[in-house]
Amino acid sequence: MKHARVIHRGQTLSVTEGADGLLQLPDGRTLTETEVSWLPPMKFGTIFALGLNYADHAKEIQFAKAPEEPLVFLKGPNALIGHRGVSYRPADVAYMHFECELGVVIGLPCRNLRREDAYRHVAGYCTVNDYAIRDYLENYYRPNLRVKNRDGCTPVGPWFVDACDIADPMNLQLRSWVNGELKQNANTRDMVHDIPALIAHLSSFMTLSPGDLILTGTPDGVADCKVGDEVITEIGGVGRLVNTIVGEPQPPA
Amino acid sequence: MIHTPDARRGTAHGTVYGALLNDRATQARMAAQFGEAPYKAPPQAPVLYIKPRNTHAGDGVAVPLPRTPGVVRVDATLGLVIGRTAWQVTPDEAMSHVSGYVIASDLTLPHDNYYRPAIRQRCRDQFCPMSAVLAAPSGFKVDEAMLDVQIRDARGHVSANWRRGFADLVRSAPRLLSDVSAFMTLRPGDVLLLGPGEGSPEAHAGDTVQISVPGLGQLRHTLVDEEIAEGARA
Repeated sequence: MKHARVIHRGQTLSVTEGADGLLQLPDGRTLTETEVSWLPPMKFGTIFALGLNYADHAKEIQFAKAPEEPLVFLKGPNALIGHRGVSYRPADVAYMHFECELGVVIGLPCRNLRREDAYRHVAGYCTVNDYAIRDYLENYYRPNLRVKNRDGCTPVGPWFVDACDIADPMNLQLRSWVNGELKQNANTRDMVHDIPALIAHLSSFMTLSPGDLILTGTPDGVADCKVGDEVITEIGGVGRLVNTIVGEPQPPA
Repeated sequence: MIHTPDARRGTAHGTVYGALLNDRATQARMAAQFGEAPYKAPPQAPVLYIKPRNTHAGDGVAVPLPRTPGVVRVDATLGLVIGRTAWQVTPDEAMSHVSGYVIASDLTLPHDNYYRPAIRQRCRDQFCPMSAVLAAPSGFKVDEAMLDVQIRDARGHVSANWRRGFADLVRSAPRLLSDVSAFMTLRPGDVLLLGPGEGSPEAHAGDTVQISVPGLGQLRHTLVDEEIAEGARA
């Protein structure tokens, strides 16, 4: 089943996907995609992200080879925003790129998990777009938080999809468009460290808990996004996530 | 659908951020390195890291320590607890967004390389013991605060007595909060650690760590061998 959280007429609602792509409310009513404001599909715990987890992307940004140990960094919940949300591009930057990523959500606590047991601890999946502002990249705890942890620069959704509905998460088509132009077209099978390896690695030194989210990295094809651009990131069977780039951020209300 | 558990072990913080290389003595020691690979330039923005929820622990906790390397660095520090949403605040108004302080034992397996996030070293379970949220007494000034770390082994022998102040930060508390809030929002309940001081002491399994900040409070925890702790649970 596909789950989401939305705001409709001032109420926060948990919805599921109904027939014809409509949103099904718990009371049986249905709504269309544009009748609601989309929130991230759940409250996530620790948010892990992978750098250079597709060999072609590692090459694209000039690394001789992808890292042998997964390159992990963390993000705060301030970065997340829902489907059809806006992400801000600061006025002084020259290069801000999208990154389509498969998000893996942990369902059961785990520590020292063997890779053959990993999938039993996965609750499900979502589509993520993890923007980076490369002008701010510095070589300290890289990629640093000024690049990767900006408010609303990690759209996630629309859906959280139950694990049982995804037959093989390591064989999903992953595509991104900017203003309708196809930029990324790849498959999750090309990850350097696959989902069981990532879960086994993280759980080898820390406890993972339900709601923890692992962003599994992005393949080749990232490109600059300007103010006004519509960026769509899509993972087959998981979700098609729409986001728009806007100018300078405003303080939260 | 799954349900996310709330904060663990009685600590109810939001996101805990920390600032690295925020001590002038550390920056002075590393000044020559900053020009070389992989850094190639001194840091411009705050160097931040996150202590995720599995690391959050309370006063009195027994922290499991892995046998390899069998030693942990105690980056004792103070944390600002955010009371009011902070976004693009000026240094002058920054401290009005702080509702209290925590004394934190920011544990990390020793590491020298600041090029990539040290997740394996800094994010182990219970590697961030924190005191209760402490209200500052009137007249308390962070930059005048002193922090004392005492480490004792199982027989009570004192192996480290370490003291630091907060007058020599690269970014003072208000400046750090201002500079971080320039690019991301800190929310009520979030914690911003002022970061390690130069020469943080090391500790081993069996040791007791006590961190005191006169006029504010104290934090005490122990360290236990991870394999023995896991064996006892099994």
